[in-house]
Amino acid sequence: MKFKCDKCGKPATVYLTEITDGQKIEKHLCEACAAKEGVTLKLPISQLLEDFILQSAPGEVADRTCEVCGMSFSQFRKKGLLGCPNDYDAFAEALEPLLSRAHEGATQHIGKVPHRAGAGQRKMNTILKLRAQLHQAVTAEDYEQAARLRDQIKELEAS
Amino acid sequence: MRLADLTDRAGEWLRGEGPMHDIVISSRIRLARNLASMPFLTACSEDQQRQIAAQLREEILAAALETDMFYVDIGRASQTDRQLLVERHLISRQLAEGEHPRGVAVAEDESVAIMVNEEDHLRIQVLRCGLQLDRAVEEINRIDDKLSEHLDYAFHSRYGYLTACPTNVGTGLRVSVMLHLPALKMSGQIEKTFRAAKDMKLAIRGLYGEGTEASGDFFQISNQTTLGKEEGQIVEEFVKSTIPQFIQYEARARKGLLADNSLGIDDKACRSISLLRSARTISSEETMYLLSLVRLGVNMGRISEVDMSTINELFLLTQPAHLQRILGKEMDARERGEARATYIRKRLGSD
Repeated sequence: MKFKCDKCGKPATVYLTEITDGQKIEKHLCEACAAKEGVTLKLPISQLLEDFILQSAPGEVADRTCEVCGMSFSQFRKKGLLGCPNDYDAFAEALEPLLSRAHEGATQHIGKVPHRAGAGQRKMNTILKLRAQLHQAVTAEDYEQAARLRDQIKELEAS
Repeated sequence: MRLADLTDRAGEWLRGEGPMHDIVISSRIRLARNLASMPFLTACSEDQQRQIAAQLREEILAAALETDMFYVDIGRASQTDRQLLVERHLISRQLAEGEHPRGVAVAEDESVAIMVNEEDHLRIQVLRCGLQLDRAVEEINRIDDKLSEHLDYAFHSRYGYLTACPTNVGTGLRVSVMLHLPALKMSGQIEKTFRAAKDMKLAIRGLYGEGTEASGDFFQISNQTTLGKEEGQIVEEFVKSTIPQFIQYEARARKGLLADNSLGIDDKACRSISLLRSARTISSEETMYLLSLVRLGVNMGRISEVDMSTINELFLLTQPAHLQRILGKEMDARERGEARATYIRKRLGSD
């Protein structure tokens, strides 16, 4: 069911349930009127992504795809969620302005480091990539290739 | 320890004790963590999700944490049990409503809940009543260290702990403090408070977190910045400046109400308790609203006929899943309305 904004009649995108004096009041508002009421129900990430889309030249980064998980930057923009750790490197230049806006200008972690950080994300990314290939090989019923990949993964995991 | 044993108690965060408990209901800290060797959840096959859930379940239960943990496979839990966990703040709605392999490990005293396969592979949470962030951060740090002895987390030298959503990257740490702000709401200053929070780069949410509206004058305040600050700094800002500021706003509003219209406050609190003691059917929204006013009256020393732990328990035990659990049967909204009113009358000693 489509609602119109209670204030201005534009299509409503914000549904608000307010409880005042024990009475439930349902409001339907468009984003602009909701903002005037002091309501920001939008997840911060979608706001950031939207700002970002408006600013960046379309097509430039949008077509880039992570070679590990196969996610494209435009897919990330739609979902708001990344596909794998390697995306942070694959989309680094596109992500940095976004990180900066989300985190008060910061793009560098200065906090805790896990004990086993030495394991190395790069090695892990290789494992991730091999796993994806393994999945493909199994789907294609190429069991020879699958067996090879499985051995490679095992070897890397043990190293 | 089973889920069924949880229903008759209020849980750690609603004990109604702890520092600043008249305004601060609870303190929560969570860490988002992902396994380095797996894609983030959205890019995982169901097989991989199952593998992650199984591995993490095993690791958590074997980790010898300070409190004994039990694990709930959410996919196998009944609708009421999932709702029960949401009402107790042990899992998010997102985890309750998903369809993929997922679960939660809960400490027996409910001070720790570790969600598996929520938005990230791991969401470690520590809950404490009142303002106890210092204690919570120490505890979560120990849990994180223990788990990382056997798990390789996705970690980047520049971006820190990698998370599915870039808004959580870095420390992966979110501090949430639940506040009871009835006087600010009543005196029409709540919007102003929200704007102040926004300027401080804080998020304000309702009782049940992301995407929920505030109900019964309860508000959750949390940090949005997770990158570029040390964990200790994020927590310290909350303990030393953010939360004291909101406490001060509310305390000032309470004083103002008392000075301007103490009769009005007494009237509201007394009417609320009378309504709760005489209603024959009542919705959870109205219950929440009335309990909030009674809580305010008790905290301001205007009424003394109910104790705080009863009020806090009622907030939780009158919610749909709890009510159905206590009465041992499924009920529709109308039946619940009647059952809720009956239960409240019994607890408030008017039957």
